[in-house]
Amino acid sequence: MDELQDRSRDIGPFVAQPDDDMIVCRCEEVTKGEIRKAVHEGLYTIPEIRRFLRCGMGLCQGQTCAKLVKSIVARELKVSPAVLEPATSRSPMRPIEMHVFADEKEDDE
Amino acid sequence: MKSADVVVIGAGIIGSASAYYLAKAGYKVIVLEKADVIGDGGSSRNGGGVRQSGRDPRELPLAMYGIENLWPTLSEELGYDVEYCKKGNLRLGKTEKHLKTLQGLTDRAVAVGLDVRMIDGDEVRQINPYLSKEVIGASWCPTDGHANPLKATLAFYMAARRLGVRYYTGETVKCLKKEHGVLRYVETNDEIFAADHVVLAAGYASRAIAGTVDLDIPMVTRLVECLVTEMEPKMFEQMLGTAEADFYGHQTRHGSFVMGGSSGYELYKKDNGTPINSSTTVPCIARGICRYVPLLSDAKIVRAWAGWTDVMSDGVPVIDTVEEVPGLVLACGFSGHGFGIAPAVGAVVKNLVAGEKTVCDISGLKYDRFYAKDVVA
Repeated sequence: MDELQDRSRDIGPFVAQPDDDMIVCRCEEVTKGEIRKAVHEGLYTIPEIRRFLRCGMGLCQGQTCAKLVKSIVARELKVSPAVLEPATSRSPMRPIEMHVFADEKEDDE
Repeated sequence: MKSADVVVIGAGIIGSASAYYLAKAGYKVIVLEKADVIGDGGSSRNGGGVRQSGRDPRELPLAMYGIENLWPTLSEELGYDVEYCKKGNLRLGKTEKHLKTLQGLTDRAVAVGLDVRMIDGDEVRQINPYLSKEVIGASWCPTDGHANPLKATLAFYMAARRLGVRYYTGETVKCLKKEHGVLRYVETNDEIFAADHVVLAAGYASRAIAGTVDLDIPMVTRLVECLVTEMEPKMFEQMLGTAEADFYGHQTRHGSFVMGGSSGYELYKKDNGTPINSSTTVPCIARGICRYVPLLSDAKIVRAWAGWTDVMSDGVPVIDTVEEVPGLVLACGFSGHGFGIAPAVGAVVKNLVAGEKTVCDISGLKYDRFYAKDVVA
């Protein structure tokens, strides 16, 4: 069993840091402190952090903050960022209007 | 070897809700999850509906119990906001055929005591002015609603963990083992877990696991797909669905619209090993949305995602103890509508483990209900 599999392993207490109110995900305004706190409440993977806090779920889809979030989570878990799988990238590549995405057939209706 | 009073297999919302209520009742619980991520199946890939209308009468008691007793206080109970919103469900129709479908669903629900009724197009638009003039009627259930499935799933996990439940991710269950005729062990890829009770809540994976104690649960997989828009100004609070089931969803508290739907080929999508969107479904959902809520035609889709759900041969789950395998509790086969009833299922699973009377009637969800077509039960 590797170190991340046991979700109750001891990673030490959450200790407040002076820059905890720094915004890491600008699209969804998620702070460093919120991310660090979530790790201590059991969210050990990037997808869980993203689903719970919304960081990386805004307009830029994590293109700005993904790496930062990963390094914050890794430091909190005391592991290398390399062992954390990134969150899955999803289609579409950039935001697309509903009516454009809907227009699959030439003679719709 | 590790041991506990109860081993729960599956860390989706069903497994985590079960673990939470069991731990709250004093049981020592271990949860095993084959994925590296908590809630990675249907729990994170649904539209967040917390509804009673449109449900099979066999699972309706769970929906009604949860909405009456658990959902209203769930955020306080778990210590995390699950964004529960009880502002009703509109199931929309545009044709006479649609209305007939809706009337049938409504009559069945009224017969078992649900407050749901048919309304005409004008009343629909009084409730939700953004709906197309083409909508000629709907079923309206004012006590239905929605919640955030991502947050609710993780909230149950974090609350269970806080109560001392041990979670192990990346643990693939190989088999269940009996000792002296009683279920005793759960074997995974790298460990053996001993328990007095085992709760099997592993979605479609439940079928193979149950097979190791000679039990078959007739289910298949289905690909479910969702999309989410960018943040929009607040428009409406109801949960929407249609008679045609081309789309369903709601506006989240965040402002984005989370919508799911189907293209008709959900049971036949290719399994590439990873659940990715098919090319046909999201456009189909988008067409449904444009037709029913024209103002959303210009809303931007920022992301789409997909996942596999388990689908039972008769469309409702199995929630039961098993005579041939004492110690086993089944909670699987939720068929794409498990989210809204998950808290009530957790409460019922705790009852089954404790050998108590269940908080609501689940007599229609037995494991031995599957007879050949020429056999009358």
